[in-house]
Amino acid sequence: MTKEPEDVSTTIEPTVRVETRRQPMPPRERLERVFQIENLTASYGPKPAIRNVSLDVYKNLVTAIIGPSGCGKSTFIRCLNRMNDLIPHFRQTGTIRYHGQDILARDVDPVAVRRTIGMVFQRPNPFPKSIYDNVAWGLKVLGMRDDLDGRVERALTQAALWDEVKDRLKASALSLSGGQQQRLCIARAIAVEPDVVLMDEPASALDPIATQAIEQLMHDLKRSYSIVIVTHNMQQAARVADMTAFFSISTGEEGERFGELVEYDATEKIFTAPADRRTEDYVTGRFG
Amino acid sequence: MSSADLTTDVARRPFTGRRARLGDLVLEGVAGAAALAACALVGLIAWKIVDGARLSLSTFGPGFVTRIAWNPVAGREVYGAASFLFGTAITSLAALLLAAPLAMGIALFLTELAPRAIRGPVTALVETLAAIPSVVIGLWGILVLGPQLRLHIEPWLHSTLGFIPLFGTPSPAGASIFTAVVVLTIMILPIVASISRELFLGVPQELKEGALALGTTRWEMVRGVVLPYARGGIAAALILGLGRAIGEAIAVTQVIGGGVFIHWNLFDGGDTLASKIAAEYQGATSKLQISSLISLALILLVFSLVVNLLAQWIVRRAARSHGGGTVRP
Repeated sequence: MTKEPEDVSTTIEPTVRVETRRQPMPPRERLERVFQIENLTASYGPKPAIRNVSLDVYKNLVTAIIGPSGCGKSTFIRCLNRMNDLIPHFRQTGTIRYHGQDILARDVDPVAVRRTIGMVFQRPNPFPKSIYDNVAWGLKVLGMRDDLDGRVERALTQAALWDEVKDRLKASALSLSGGQQQRLCIARAIAVEPDVVLMDEPASALDPIATQAIEQLMHDLKRSYSIVIVTHNMQQAARVADMTAFFSISTGEEGERFGELVEYDATEKIFTAPADRRTEDYVTGRFG
Repeated sequence: MSSADLTTDVARRPFTGRRARLGDLVLEGVAGAAALAACALVGLIAWKIVDGARLSLSTFGPGFVTRIAWNPVAGREVYGAASFLFGTAITSLAALLLAAPLAMGIALFLTELAPRAIRGPVTALVETLAAIPSVVIGLWGILVLGPQLRLHIEPWLHSTLGFIPLFGTPSPAGASIFTAVVVLTIMILPIVASISRELFLGVPQELKEGALALGTTRWEMVRGVVLPYARGGIAAALILGLGRAIGEAIAVTQVIGGGVFIHWNLFDGGDTLASKIAAEYQGATSKLQISSLISLALILLVFSLVVNLLAQWIVRRAARSHGGGTVRP
């Protein structure tokens, strides 16, 4: 470990090949910001989870959060739609501005936040209802009853599942394979027309073929949505993300361990010329 | 066979020779006997009851079930189960109707709504309610609940909802079907509530989060995900509660007031199968009267059996639908 940070770009032998089919990103200052996160600190009871995370999430891009286990990736993404509110003793400080409005403010209704900022979870969690009802339920509850069939079909088509299920919409969602279930969950999330889709390790419980389908889906979906994805799979981040944030575990003054944002940049930069030694160690496989 | 031969034989085939182990034999024997004894006991009880009911059934025939009569006066003896069947049906169903929403409310409060700090104590209290002996609840029914209902609740219900036949003129005696219904409600409430609570706790957190992540409210999540998920189990819990209400004798006997007639007025007296048996068995004099009481027991047994089987069938059906495999085309 004697390398100087300066010659990082020349000495890294990337273990992760960055695919080139991604379109070049416009300069960041011209991009619209969906989230402006400042000094986000979150803890479960006395146990800190993340500290002082500040980053901007841009519209119609895929933003990946990578980092070792326990670095607070999931905690972070669950802050973005107030999902952590459900966990007892959870506390958060800082600001998360969504199109300018701080969604952590006292007068904000978390239900309204989640209505706009959808989420797909690590393990496929379809409701024990029919395929059709899985998508239609949210629409009905949220009052989007006009053209229900059309909305369900469009969501399933967007989630690249329509052709596989169109002949058995009344069948139980639990009869689908894991990959299909996860695409159903994506359909369910986008059916209610959110603005942002958060994905917490959406492919970690899936086989490689299903994973590929989900990744392809993200490329298609980012035209209409902004996507934030947590992944422990660096190749996946390299394949799907425009921007990548690397989180790591730090040790505080009293020996407490917490997650923090180490580096946030264009994916290409993170994987080929990271600015921070810890990022470099992680993406080259020396750590984590 | 020399010892050398044995050694080589054992060395070659070290696992040969199944020995009967004493512990295993004893375990098999005791466990098997216990299981057999339970089966035999059910058979024995059923047979004894059928045997005891024979005299009454041969005297009155199937008409026993439909006749409204209970006259133990010697020489004019005539018995029929209809009014007690009706009493059992109306008290247990009404109690279930009252207990179901209350139990759901308690269970939802304890799993989804209450602040975490008070969940434990309240759960313990609800379960304590189940531990109160039925004779104590019955006593409380006579001394406290009955008079309260007669003086306040029953007149009020009669004056506001009197156009419904169920809320007729309150009987001055203080004992009524309604009191029995309330007592039964209290008795089945904790069991239904605590089973429902377990069921709601069993709803995967992922499903609840999946619903909330769509931007649904807590109530929408409960209605759309928690309740449907627990539906089969809740039905079974309710039927279990129904079974308890049907079979409860002591507390009902204490508060229901007695009477051999079918009427829709909840505020008048009545009897159930169980309360009739409990109230009269000791004082029964003639063979026919005893046999008729045993016939009531037979009807009660069949009732309970049907209810139990129904609950099991529902649970099994619900378990299948969670698996999802059966709906695959």
